[in-house]
Amino acid sequence: MIRSELIQKIADENPHLYHRDVERIVNTIFEEIIEAMARGDRVELRGFGAFSVKKREARIGRNPRTGESVQVEEKYVPFFKTGKLLRDRLNGKQE
Amino acid sequence: MAGKTLTRMDLSEAVFREVGLSRNESAQLVESVLNHISDALVRGETVKISSFGTFSVRDKAARIGRNPKTGEEVPISPRRVLTFRPSHLMKERVAAGNKR
Repeated sequence: MIRSELIQKIADENPHLYHRDVERIVNTIFEEIIEAMARGDRVELRGFGAFSVKKREARIGRNPRTGESVQVEEKYVPFFKTGKLLRDRLNGKQE
Repeated sequence: MAGKTLTRMDLSEAVFREVGLSRNESAQLVESVLNHISDALVRGETVKISSFGTFSVRDKAARIGRNPKTGEEVPISPRRVLTFRPSHLMKERVAAGNKR
C-alpha cells in the first residue's frame, strides 16, 4: 500500500469530505510525526507503535574500499518500535 | 533534547487545526489511518509512505534461544516482525533538527 492508496481508502469511508481535505489530513499526520522527531520528541501510538530518536555516538569509521579511517560525527536517527497489539496481530493473535 | 511525548491526541489536534473538522472527527480519522496501515501489514503488505518511510513485514525462522539468567535453552517459534525504514527525507530532517 502506498500513500495515495491510503488516502483513497480514507476518502471512500468519508464521502462527505473533499478529496483534497483527506489528503491534507493524511499528510498532516505524517508531517506531525516527522516534526516531533526533528524536535527530539517521541510519538507514542498505543497498540500501533512508537517513533523515537536515537543517538548514534561519534566513531572512527573506515572507507571499506580504501581502508582509510574517517571520523564519523555523532548523529540522531529515527527509530520505530512496534506496539504490542500490532505485534500480536501480525502473529495471528487476536486482542 | 526536548524529550516530550506526543500521543494520538496531539495528532488529532494537528488535524483539527489544519482542516477544521470537529475534534471528535479528527480523532476518528487519525484512528482510521493507523487502522488501515495496521490492516495492510497484517495482510502481509508493505506500506510505503513516500517522504516518510516504509513499513514491512519480515518472517523470522524458528531458533533456539537461551534464558540469559538460567542458561536454559528455550525454543523460539517462527514469527512475523515489523520493520520500519525511514525515508531519506525523514533521516535528514531528524538529523538536522537534533544537531547541536
